[in-house]
Amino acid sequence: MTVAPVLPEKHYLNETYGIRSWLLTTDHKRIALLYLFSVTLFFFIGGFFAMMIRLHLLSPSGFLLSADTYNRMFTMHGVAMIFFFLIPSIPAVLGNFLVPLMIGAKDLAFPRINLLSWYVYVVGAVFTLYSMVNGGLDTGWTFYTPLSTVYSNSAVAPAVVGVFITGFSSILTGLNFLVTIHTMRAPGMTWFRLPLFIWAHYATAVVMILGTPVIAITLGLAAMERVFGLGFFNPALGGDPILFQHLFWFYSHPAVYIMILPAMGVISELIATFARKKVFGYHFVAAASLAIAVIGFLVWAHHMFVTGQSTYAALAFSFLTFLVAIPSAVKVFNWTATLFGGSISFDTPMLYGLGFIGLFLIGGLTGLFLGSLGTDIHIHDTYFVVAHFHYIMVGGAIMGYLGGLHFWWPKITGRMYSEWLARLAAVILFVGFNLTFFPQFVLGYLGMPRRYHVYPPEFQVYNVMSTAGASILAIGYLLPMIYLTYAAFFGKVAGSNPWPATGLEWQTASPPPTENFHVTPVVTWEAYDFHNRPELGLEVPGGAAHAPAHGDD
Amino acid sequence: MQSPLPFFPEQASNFAPNVDTLFSFILLTCLFFSVLVTLLIILAALRYKRKTAGEVGSADHGNMVLEVGWTVIPLIIALGMFAWGAAVYVNYRTAPKDTLDIYVVGKQWMWKLQQPNGRKEINELHVPVNRNIKLIMGSEDVIHDFYVPAFRVKMDVVPGRYNTMWFRPTKVGKYHFFCSQYCGTNHAVMGGWVTVMDPAEYAAWLSDEGGDLNPVSAGEKLFSQLACNTCHLPNGTGRGPSLNGVYGGKVLLADGSTIIADEAYIRESILQPKAKIVAGYQPVMPTFQGLVTEEQIMNLTAYIKSLETQPVPAKGAGVAPAAAGKK
Repeated sequence: MTVAPVLPEKHYLNETYGIRSWLLTTDHKRIALLYLFSVTLFFFIGGFFAMMIRLHLLSPSGFLLSADTYNRMFTMHGVAMIFFFLIPSIPAVLGNFLVPLMIGAKDLAFPRINLLSWYVYVVGAVFTLYSMVNGGLDTGWTFYTPLSTVYSNSAVAPAVVGVFITGFSSILTGLNFLVTIHTMRAPGMTWFRLPLFIWAHYATAVVMILGTPVIAITLGLAAMERVFGLGFFNPALGGDPILFQHLFWFYSHPAVYIMILPAMGVISELIATFARKKVFGYHFVAAASLAIAVIGFLVWAHHMFVTGQSTYAALAFSFLTFLVAIPSAVKVFNWTATLFGGSISFDTPMLYGLGFIGLFLIGGLTGLFLGSLGTDIHIHDTYFVVAHFHYIMVGGAIMGYLGGLHFWWPKITGRMYSEWLARLAAVILFVGFNLTFFPQFVLGYLGMPRRYHVYPPEFQVYNVMSTAGASILAIGYLLPMIYLTYAAFFGKVAGSNPWPATGLEWQTASPPPTENFHVTPVVTWEAYDFHNRPELGLEVPGGAAHAPAHGDD
Repeated sequence: MQSPLPFFPEQASNFAPNVDTLFSFILLTCLFFSVLVTLLIILAALRYKRKTAGEVGSADHGNMVLEVGWTVIPLIIALGMFAWGAAVYVNYRTAPKDTLDIYVVGKQWMWKLQQPNGRKEINELHVPVNRNIKLIMGSEDVIHDFYVPAFRVKMDVVPGRYNTMWFRPTKVGKYHFFCSQYCGTNHAVMGGWVTVMDPAEYAAWLSDEGGDLNPVSAGEKLFSQLACNTCHLPNGTGRGPSLNGVYGGKVLLADGSTIIADEAYIRESILQPKAKIVAGYQPVMPTFQGLVTEEQIMNLTAYIKSLETQPVPAKGAGVAPAAAGKK
């Protein structure tokens, strides 16, 4: 109906040129892209290790790798994916790009600290990559003592130092988000007009700031025990190996919420936009994010039900684990209810949104089997656990991340990807993912322990299925990498608000100018309100369009 | 014998039916909710598919009754799951009194097991059917985990402490056991077979090979070799407390507190004698850390446990007054 959109003449990508203009940038959008490149690199490094693992396990006797190499593969897969991909993925890429845009700010509160956080990440990454190519790491990503501090012959110290350093980048990002959300909201952007993406990132930032120092201390102690022989965790020196697990999980369980909460924030945006409807129970969904962040700190010892910890502690932690399941359930019910009465389209981001709900549902519900004390004694440390957390991490966090990338790609690059390729990739990913990880639930219940480089032959059928699924999954991941890159340069120009969506980020050009908004926006509407936004050009029943919602002077 | 795509492993212990029933309950509940949500999503997708490009959804944005409903109902179900799971777990953590005790030592990457009569096994465990078995487990190096899928039980084996685990095999047969806590290079091959035998066959198997001293005799020998007996005199007049009747009773400590003398306490007192001083005695005992192996500690413990039935001397050593009168 209108003329084809054109790219703005000046935007954040062409404002300045040259390597220096990127490496010394303080623009949150460019820093988001720096993070995008680095975490994508780690995603493919981690993915390579995963492929080696799955190929090796095709045969019960393992035909590809030696025991030591296999142990390095799954350890480095975990370290690369968790610390260098999943934890920074949504917050540091999408969050960095969108938090200021969504609240109508020109940048984050501390732009130079934002750049510093990326450099800190890179320094940590260099240490960890050094350990990967120089001796490798074979402790498991959990670094359990005294295996990691005394018995391992791999390059534990540099890897631990790398993870330690990278933690600070997380803390800095969290700090930046908190201050920005508190102090830099545009006029009219009240707390309860914030997009749920912002609420989710607020909750995530709290976890990052409170949790990450604990893993730093813990890994610091482990490094001192390994390098200087100080006895913190080694019983031969009077230490307690179980203490390490308490400290480790005090961070690493909440870290799961660092990975999943931002994805939940993305899903709320996707469901609202593609159902053209306000998220059902907005206040409850926002409160659920905070509840998850708070209760999430109180469940760590459910990773330790079979360590011989006191029965009373086990009871308390199991109880709290069931409590933390409730806010996640509340979110799923509210997303489902949002669809009713909506006007639903099935653009690629929505396919990820709906796929997320299905996979997160399975991931969340299988957590109940592990939180329940009676069933955990059987399935703890088996493939059931592996399947469960991949449903959360891959089915949840990565689906959310990819859904978000597709949704905001026209905003980030100003251009649109091929819709049919993108839908094809989404379907391939969904099928490949389920074929890879669903059989692992069965394997786990049958009793196959995790981290096994060889296994009894009766487990082979399910392992072959899983490996077949992984090959499909690999194609599913390569596709978006290719067509999104292509689209960034040659895609159809998208326009400022192609879907259309209600958030402030869609009120500015695509790609946005360096200062985000030429004029500070004033917010007069509730979040996800499609009814009082005539500028979106939608057919509001009854034509009840009020005064222009976008007062810009 | 087995379906090509099995789902449940064999049930071969008292715990297996409990765990499987609880698992099935959670599974059915989860299936109900997954199917419900999936059907609702499909229904909404069909019913509310966008019809015109500019269409918007309704202005509906919440419902308090629904919110309370889908918070409270899952909460009640979750608490039910918690309680059921807790019941199964407490049973698994509470060993009955009449157990047949087997000592287990894990080390990179093998299991050493010892029967009550002293017969030793490596990566093999023979037990009689329908008898309560207790494994008393220690590690010589890193954390391991003793896991028998057909019994639905596992327990970490942690250096520096004893963990115990019990079960009652209910079906004669041969079952896998695994190390299920990652322990380094050959973690995946640190496993073996549990053979559950008819009691008569088990008895015959036990007496088949009598080469090793049983743990109590081995412990008694060590007790004098290490000169423990020069201080821990049975009549309570030595520099250390008498150990007669100590095991399983309450011990009064110098700081006024009491403690139950279990395997962990005995182990600690051998390795770190100054950690808990018995009331009325001086902290003069040297540490045996590094001087005795895990197996030797287990033998010493077995010997001290065997003194449970010995007459407690009048000067009751460390035995707390309440416990002194028992039996």
